[in-house]
Amino acid sequence: MKKCFERLFNGLIKENPTFVLMLGMCPTLAVTTSAINGIGMGLTTTVVLIMSNIIISMLRKVIPDGVRIPAFIVVIASFVTIVELLLKAYIPTLYDALGLYIPLIVVNCIILGRAESYASKNGVIYSAFDGLGMGLGFTLGLTCIGLVRELIGNGSVFDIAVLPESYEPLTIFILAPGAFLVLAFLVAIMNKIKLAAGRDTGITGDCDKLCKACPNKLCGGRRYSEEETR
Amino acid sequence: MIAKLIMIAIGSAFINNVVLSQFLGICPFLGVSRKINTAAGMGGAVIFVITLASFVTGLIYKFLLVPFDISYLQTIVFILVIAALVQFVEMFLKKTMKGLYQALGVYLPLITTNCAVLGVALTNVQKDYTILEGVVNGFATAVGFFIAIVILAGLREKIEYNNIPRSFRGMPIVLLTACLMAIAFFGFSGLK
Repeated sequence: MKKCFERLFNGLIKENPTFVLMLGMCPTLAVTTSAINGIGMGLTTTVVLIMSNIIISMLRKVIPDGVRIPAFIVVIASFVTIVELLLKAYIPTLYDALGLYIPLIVVNCIILGRAESYASKNGVIYSAFDGLGMGLGFTLGLTCIGLVRELIGNGSVFDIAVLPESYEPLTIFILAPGAFLVLAFLVAIMNKIKLAAGRDTGITGDCDKLCKACPNKLCGGRRYSEEETR
Repeated sequence: MIAKLIMIAIGSAFINNVVLSQFLGICPFLGVSRKINTAAGMGGAVIFVITLASFVTGLIYKFLLVPFDISYLQTIVFILVIAALVQFVEMFLKKTMKGLYQALGVYLPLITTNCAVLGVALTNVQKDYTILEGVVNGFATAVGFFIAIVILAGLREKIEYNNIPRSFRGMPIVLLTACLMAIAFFGFSGLK
């Protein structure tokens, strides 16, 4: 039980995929034009992440090592298709808002990264909690960015106007450049907190080909696993 | 016909730049852009793979998925085709073109998780492009990626020499640079 909570905490705070590991940047920047879209994308990814972690963990002794990456991709892609069809049928507004980025969950590095580095080595229950923790951490990150962008760019929070009429919304924040700007400042604030606590900022998001030491797994752990086998 | 192709090309290379306005392929854009050489290598590999992938996925969609009425499987099929294609290209280059393999080889395994490749394949289907239009769209999108990543790498090489506030070192300053580039690329929307 303790380990399950440890997994949740790990995903939400310690290894938060958005602010600490800097993974899955494409949906992070693209769909966070409002807080509600951020939550929608986050929860959709969470569902796929939990389901794929469970199945991959169950199959971890069956899948041969040489073809594990394609096998993982098939599992993930199947769940993405299921979720896509469900969204299309039951929540069409969210489906329209997220558009192309729903099928692109397949190539989200977080999911393949977790499959490779956790679910393929651990039991089913822990993997499910790992997926839940990582997914909620991702949702938290997307919602934070969405909140800031919506508040400054549209003067509202969760579609409810909170700033007075006299506030002139800075539309650039809900356009493309605003995404980079908000994320830059949020990461800088995180770094500031870490520096104040006397810790190194650590991860920079660069691929130096030092895959073993790289916590980022930009490549979904593929290069890492290649070097392992060599 | 030609006019339409040119419109598609300019549209996807500049106006709807794949990185700076559609946010596809952000991971390699931020991760492999420290030096101009590596950025150009990555960009070259992306051009190569996306052009090929949009051709192959276009063929498969038109002649396999549509006739059998299984187009809802497109995500699964496309990602598998792309993964297999990247593997195949890597092996082919290793055997036949040593020089090109040495230039692009290290980036090839990174490309399967580049969402731009799958993104282009899905956009081609969504917009109902013919195979030729799809290939042109893929090539132009990849050229847009190349331009963006090389510019960012050039800027980052200069940023190295500057004195940046400590908490902005690393990713934040790169994101700020990307933000300014996105604003600059907004200017192209006047071309429409």
